[in-house]
Amino acid sequence: MKRILILEDGTEFHGEGFGSAEEKDGEVVFNTGMTGYQEILSDPSYCGQIVTLTYPLIGNYGVNRQDFESISPAIHGLIVNEACALPSHYQSLGTLDELLKAKNIPGLMEIDTRKLTRLIRKHGTLRGKIVSADSDTSAIVEEFKNAPLRTDHVQSVSTRTPYHLPNTGRRVVVVDYGAKSGILRELSQRSCDVIVVPYNTRAEEIILLNPDGILLSNGPGNPKDVPEALGMINTILEEEIPLFGICLGHQLFALAMGANTEKLKFGHRGSNHPVKDLQTGKIALTAQNHGYTVSPETLEGTELELTHIAVNDGTVEGLGHKVKPAFSVQYHPEASPGPMDANPLFEKFMNMMETAKEEGKEKCLNA
Amino acid sequence: MPKRLDIKKILVIGSGPIVIGQAAEFDYAGTQACQALKEEGYEVILVNSNPATIMTDTSIADKVFIEPLTVPFVSRIIRQERPDGLLATLGGQTGLNLAVELSESGILEECSVELLGTTLTSIQQAEDRELFRTLMNELNEPVPKSEIIRSYEEAVAFTAEVGYPVIIRPAFTLGGTGGGIAGNEEELKEIVTSGLLASPVHQVLLEKSIAGFKEIEYEVMRDSNDTSIVVCNMENIDPVGIHTGDSIVVAPSQTLSDRDYQLLRNASLKIIRALKIEGGCNVQLALDPDSSSYYIIEVNPRVSRSSALASKATGYPIAKIAAKIAVGYTLDEIKNPVTGSTYASFEPALDYIVTKIPRWPFDKFEGANRKLGTQMKATGEVMAIGRNLEESLLKAVRSLETKCYHLEISNPKQTREELFPVLATADDERLYHIAQALRIGMTVREIWEITKIDVFFLEKIKGIIDLEQKVLNNVGDLGLLRAAKEKGFSDVWLSKAWNMAEKDLYDLRSEKNIKPVYKMVDTCAAEFDSETPYYYGTYAEENESLRTEKESVLVLGSGPIRIGQGIEFDYATVHTVWAIKEAGYEAIIINNNPETVSTDFSTSDKLYFEPLTVEDVMHVIDQEKPKGVIVQFGGQTAINLADALHERGVAILGTSLDNMDRAEDRDRFEQAMKELNIPQPDGETAFSVKEAQVIAERIGYPVLVRPSYVLGGRAMEIVYKEKELLQYMENAVRVNPEHPVLIDRYLEGKEVEVDAISDGKDVFIPGIMEHIERAGVHSGDSIAVYPPQRLTPEQKEKIIERTISMARGLGIVGLLNIQFVLHGEEVYVLEVNPRSSRTVPFLSKITGIPMANLATKVILGTSLSKLGYPTGYAPEKQEVFVKVPVFSFAKLRRVDTYLSPEMKSTGEVMGRDNTLQKALYKGLVASGMKIPTYGSVLFTVADKDKPEALRLMKRFYEIGYTIMATEGTAKYLEEQKIPVTVVHKIGSRERNLLDIIRQGEAQFVVNTLTKGKMPARDGFRIRRESSENGVVCLTSLDTAEALLEVLESLTFTARQMPAFEKDRVLV
Repeated sequence: MKRILILEDGTEFHGEGFGSAEEKDGEVVFNTGMTGYQEILSDPSYCGQIVTLTYPLIGNYGVNRQDFESISPAIHGLIVNEACALPSHYQSLGTLDELLKAKNIPGLMEIDTRKLTRLIRKHGTLRGKIVSADSDTSAIVEEFKNAPLRTDHVQSVSTRTPYHLPNTGRRVVVVDYGAKSGILRELSQRSCDVIVVPYNTRAEEIILLNPDGILLSNGPGNPKDVPEALGMINTILEEEIPLFGICLGHQLFALAMGANTEKLKFGHRGSNHPVKDLQTGKIALTAQNHGYTVSPETLEGTELELTHIAVNDGTVEGLGHKVKPAFSVQYHPEASPGPMDANPLFEKFMNMMETAKEEGKEKCLNA
Repeated sequence: MPKRLDIKKILVIGSGPIVIGQAAEFDYAGTQACQALKEEGYEVILVNSNPATIMTDTSIADKVFIEPLTVPFVSRIIRQERPDGLLATLGGQTGLNLAVELSESGILEECSVELLGTTLTSIQQAEDRELFRTLMNELNEPVPKSEIIRSYEEAVAFTAEVGYPVIIRPAFTLGGTGGGIAGNEEELKEIVTSGLLASPVHQVLLEKSIAGFKEIEYEVMRDSNDTSIVVCNMENIDPVGIHTGDSIVVAPSQTLSDRDYQLLRNASLKIIRALKIEGGCNVQLALDPDSSSYYIIEVNPRVSRSSALASKATGYPIAKIAAKIAVGYTLDEIKNPVTGSTYASFEPALDYIVTKIPRWPFDKFEGANRKLGTQMKATGEVMAIGRNLEESLLKAVRSLETKCYHLEISNPKQTREELFPVLATADDERLYHIAQALRIGMTVREIWEITKIDVFFLEKIKGIIDLEQKVLNNVGDLGLLRAAKEKGFSDVWLSKAWNMAEKDLYDLRSEKNIKPVYKMVDTCAAEFDSETPYYYGTYAEENESLRTEKESVLVLGSGPIRIGQGIEFDYATVHTVWAIKEAGYEAIIINNNPETVSTDFSTSDKLYFEPLTVEDVMHVIDQEKPKGVIVQFGGQTAINLADALHERGVAILGTSLDNMDRAEDRDRFEQAMKELNIPQPDGETAFSVKEAQVIAERIGYPVLVRPSYVLGGRAMEIVYKEKELLQYMENAVRVNPEHPVLIDRYLEGKEVEVDAISDGKDVFIPGIMEHIERAGVHSGDSIAVYPPQRLTPEQKEKIIERTISMARGLGIVGLLNIQFVLHGEEVYVLEVNPRSSRTVPFLSKITGIPMANLATKVILGTSLSKLGYPTGYAPEKQEVFVKVPVFSFAKLRRVDTYLSPEMKSTGEVMGRDNTLQKALYKGLVASGMKIPTYGSVLFTVADKDKPEALRLMKRFYEIGYTIMATEGTAKYLEEQKIPVTVVHKIGSRERNLLDIIRQGEAQFVVNTLTKGKMPARDGFRIRRESSENGVVCLTSLDTAEALLEVLESLTFTARQMPAFEKDRVLV
């Protein structure tokens, strides 16, 4: 089935459709990871986006049951050079095409994905839509001009009600802006007693859960579309509850502390992004997926300290609170997919909760 | 950390001669390292024994020493130069072993030389099997059950415990020399015994075989700040069991999920951190296809063949970065030279698939055992890049230059019964057998069961076969044509399938715009803007290679390294590229060998990593529209393309095609020589056996016979009598009117080789080389001496005169190489090669005359006189230089080692000193020969050689060597009053000749050829046994004499005092 990717600047890419036959639009972004397509397409942070994978052979090892980062993938399209029809892996349960059909995600293949990537690199992220070959493409370009960008991505992927993943260790409340399963997995592996709450949960409700720590999850879109979070974060910090922000959670933490965020030209999306820890000088290779970033000049005058930067472009990658037990990173310590170099950050969070507990005890005793 | 300021002078050790397992990749690595260090302002001292490399060019390091890579010689350089640091991790296993020996000898400490980069302790921890296993156990990283053994008995005990099959890996050897897989006791005995001998420390690792696992490699880097990254991972299409150097490899891995990928990445990084590697490192792992269980196979704590491949596959220059790390930089301080904007502390993202296929020498060595195992047999490799696996694979296949342009060999097996065994035991043609098996209807599952090659790859091959069928059934279908081109099908195959001329298909495609575009290799999948001029062709929409305003010249490279076409041609190619740039043109190169300097993207203005076939070259020409193409420097590969390019209207620069043909076509050459009045050995072409007999009779035996249709001395033989001629005609060639046999008079005499540069008018001769071995031994296998030591001024004059007259007469513009033979008083010409030769780097280096550069300038239109090199012979140097061939026989079982008109060597070394003897000594030592000043020499020579051999035996005896010989020869010696130890013939129940060789009782074996090449022959067994046991076996009396001269110069005679001449005393 011939289909077209039409971009807001009028560029057309003619290819072969696969997966769902539905027509969906979204921001077209690219990811340079060479493995991990299943994790990428099920990562809620890509909500509403059409993702191009720069690696040309996708689907080689099929689709399995453990690599989902969410139950219901929220991407609006997947674009590849070639989708493997005959995958081979002992864990494989089916093909990419079958998955996209089942999850109602349109796919497009057999286009020059490198050309598309270069286009995005030059012009920045573009809006696009995968449509059937006989569509009136100029009408669609017109549509793009008139339709505003959606601002409800977080709302659409966040859980509607809180839920509990009971365990025996520290109680962590995960504020779900579109949390990847990988984050929950990392916490569970450390025996954390996890409660996942909706994005708009108030601080008071969270405090009632008596958490040892709060984790602000990753999520899609512009952090400024989630103003609900800012007050909550400040209250939590006042309570001296340890806080860890990841990706969108990091940006929200920065906004709450008075810093600002801005949109990157085409974002960081891939599994090979070097990040430098400014305290130790060590480099970690990280998985990243973000279109917005904290503006470094706006850190001045806040209680935030720049802890990590991107080696390639010097953008803000990690922040710490100068006084409170709180830190955040722009990248993904849970990886999935990508390198696990940053995984010790979960350890850091565990230690922070440990210390806070000790200090809390002391305070009680002293009082 | 910024670079270190406490060191100023750095000694870099190269990897020595090209042998199987250690090839051009170290020229690339070494050159990059030297350049990187110089760039940082260090004084670089380089030592390497290999004159054929770019790295030994004086422009690469501040001081270059071409000396033997042994402790005594390198110590001398250290004492003289007093370097602050030593960089040994870029010179392959040779460099690493030498560094260990130097350190153990105490010289490094004595002269306060610091080993830079990875420390010795780390190197030993990675290389010593036992230390490595201990470390892996500490890290909790799994290794297959194994044991270091020191005797065959221990091997039997181990195998009894773990069961067959077991893998045998000798410690500290190149390319797994002496290793293998044993499935039963007989094989165990054979491989363990030779493995123990091959290992310099007499250790062999026995390992439970995990054959069938996926073999995955990670190329990793680490700096002193502990930043560790993966440059590239690679997946062997062939599962564990075949040496990775002999495996078809793809990059990145194709069948690993992200979980698998990260699992192995974590393991690799954990290991290099534990080893504290500072620089590049290669980790080989085996992954169970049915679970996440894996094993660490081995770790190479240095740059390697795989790292050269990874560098070319990703664009990330590993050796260059490793050198910078060695002098203190950290990865986040080093700019990624590809993007110019990002840093080296990232992991390249590929947006294409790379395939590497090894190039094996079995076309040269028909008798060789083609079975692939843990001992590497390939001499070189090709790499291809595509946007799908099929394209990448098929481009690689046609890059090999084995006359395969598709997954098709000329005589495929036809039945399942025939295919079963060849699928089960992997040989060099297995890929083609798989394709054929699919063609005759075997299923992917069946093939998987036999080969254990992942179904993913087999399905891709199946896709190719299915498409093949569609193309065959739908002649003229343009949609299918496009589909086939997208999947990498060649015009050669497609035009055959559609029964049309290749050129017509090309024209049809051009008309229908079914043409490739060029995409950039940029390390980052287009995420960042890059300026690297490194491209590959693929069928897609957007072309990224922009033609510049500057006029360009295209150079064709020489493809994979193989016997007869080695690194010398890459050397010349690189110089041509540099010269073109100097001359103000844009230099564009096409090549497909990932190991070389020519495919370093910083060498040329534009690099096209593409197959060297007419179609692929024409695509680049259509894209770039160069002023012309230079084919003289890429060996036979480039020359072979000249005709077809010319036909398509491409300007071939330099010697015209017609004149090339006059030099290469036998009849036209004969005609030309007659006109120039230059004598040639008498010869004729025979079209039948009868005719051959008549011709041989007329010109007189011995005669040199060879088929007319093969190049490079293949199947060429000297026959001494009619019986041998008939044997040859029956066994070696099938003569018929289409494939005649050439019969030439064999002139026994001194062989002389000349390289010259001609602009058509002026002819400049940089040097004349005299061969130690008489005519009849391939010039590439002979020891060459410069300047000639034993030519009369008249002979020299004649050679110079004839060279000039031939260059002019044949209208040579550029380089030419001539082989002469001196017979009687006459100087005969044997052949003229109208191109760059094997000796160009050697001669350029010793004379200081930039031959390839001059030739290029001449080709581009500058006259020799204007360049300051008018007609004549360059003044000879005072010193003596020898070029000694190096062979890889230990790795190629069943290959006969005798020297013949067919070339067998894989590399060369240089010896240089004030006298011939000293130069020869260095050359022989550098080639790996041990030269003890006393010991035994075993002679088994043909009857015709006995008188000549006698003189040599006498001289050996006089310097104190014990002579060993079999009965016949012994008797003859006794008659001549030379004491001799009699040894028993092969087959004798008593301790015989072979036992003597096996037990290392003879230091040298001199064996001359009787007749017949059948392995059963005793001579063959003697030669093979010597090679397998590391005993020097000389098959030419000339080489033996040269060795003798060296020995004589090293030793003193021991002769009794003369008796009083009592009888003459008058009473």
